[in-house]
Amino acid sequence: MSDDRHQELRLLVQADCDGELTPRDAAAVAAHLEECTDCRALHRNLLVIKEGVHANVSYHEAPDHFRRRMETMFAANAPKQPGRRRQWGGWIGSFGVGAALAAILVLLVSAPRGDNGTEQTVLDGHLRALQSGHLYEVASSDQHTVKPWFDGRLDFAPPVKDLAAQGFPLKGGRLDIVDGRAVAALVYNRAKHVIDLYVVHRQNTGEASPREATRNGYNIISWSDGEIVYWAVSDLNRRELGEFVRDWRATP
Amino acid sequence: MPRPSFASVALPHLDAAYNLARWLLRDATEAEDAVQDALLRALKYFPSFRGGDGRAWLLQIVRNAAYDRLATKHGKEIALSLDDGEASPADFVHDPGDDPETALVRKQDRAQLDALLASLPVELREAVVLCDLEELSYRDIALITGSPVGTVMSRLWRGRRALRRAARAGEL
Repeated sequence: MSDDRHQELRLLVQADCDGELTPRDAAAVAAHLEECTDCRALHRNLLVIKEGVHANVSYHEAPDHFRRRMETMFAANAPKQPGRRRQWGGWIGSFGVGAALAAILVLLVSAPRGDNGTEQTVLDGHLRALQSGHLYEVASSDQHTVKPWFDGRLDFAPPVKDLAAQGFPLKGGRLDIVDGRAVAALVYNRAKHVIDLYVVHRQNTGEASPREATRNGYNIISWSDGEIVYWAVSDLNRRELGEFVRDWRATP
Repeated sequence: MPRPSFASVALPHLDAAYNLARWLLRDATEAEDAVQDALLRALKYFPSFRGGDGRAWLLQIVRNAAYDRLATKHGKEIALSLDDGEASPADFVHDPGDDPETALVRKQDRAQLDALLASLPVELREAVVLCDLEELSYRDIALITGSPVGTVMSRLWRGRRALRRAARAGEL
């Protein structure tokens, strides 16, 4: 028998072990195995290896911390589920009564997404990050550590500034999703308050001066420098959040 | 019928995604980064997802994200191992079918078998992982790896042959 013919036969024997043959081809292979000891041994050995790999090689399941992070990040893109109520138990457990009340208020007061859909999206993202404790994937007060972390993770390079001197120390950053696109979320502190700054690349938006909004007790200020749209979200009072935005824009 | 959400299509396959990335990159942190990259890409492509089983669709994206990482970090490994093509007849001539030592594979310590599989060239490794751990069909493996079915078959053959040889040589 030629080498080519052998090669073909062996791949057929393997395909039989992998359950890939039609009943007709499988019957033809079975008939050949009856008369060829080499192929019979090959068939047996392939099954042994296949079984050995299946039974003994490690199957790496996603680690719990990673699963939680991905669920937090991507569940936002699921349509609002009617069973949202189920979240209350978890929120109350992980937060304490005051935060639970705030969370309930958010659930009750949440308006349907309309013209201000992005505003609601960034607020939802901020609350999810607070709730899950995954505020940052890169934890650093050094802008030269945080900025390169986004390299290759986004299709643009988000500006990162340290405002520690102005009383808004940088704490880190993470990826989040806004309107189906990956964006940078930078995390700053003022005393015990967390400020999330969403940095969203959008072409041809034109410059826009800061615009303030309040939703569910959270202050949101958005502005655009022409290429990038910013959303600052925090439970910090409006005046101090305004200072943060002013300082950010004034810092080169 | 309403269109399923991205989360309901992609997240059920998170284990499969992580397992593949972990076997391709051989590093837990790199695997997490690759899967996160892949999910972001998948979200972007989701409008063109035509329904059905999301596993092969997602794994294809995970595989590409993992290869991008390999290309960045280990350019040489990829450059060498992509020199693949079809199986040559030489792959098969020195292959006596009768090989009772393969039974050793059954008894092998998990860590040793893991190390052996991890040492295979990446395209052989991925074929074995997709076929024997994920139990995907040749057709799905071909889709995920962007290769003809014939190439999938020859990579599986070569991957398994390498495992058998190592067992015979007492490396296990």
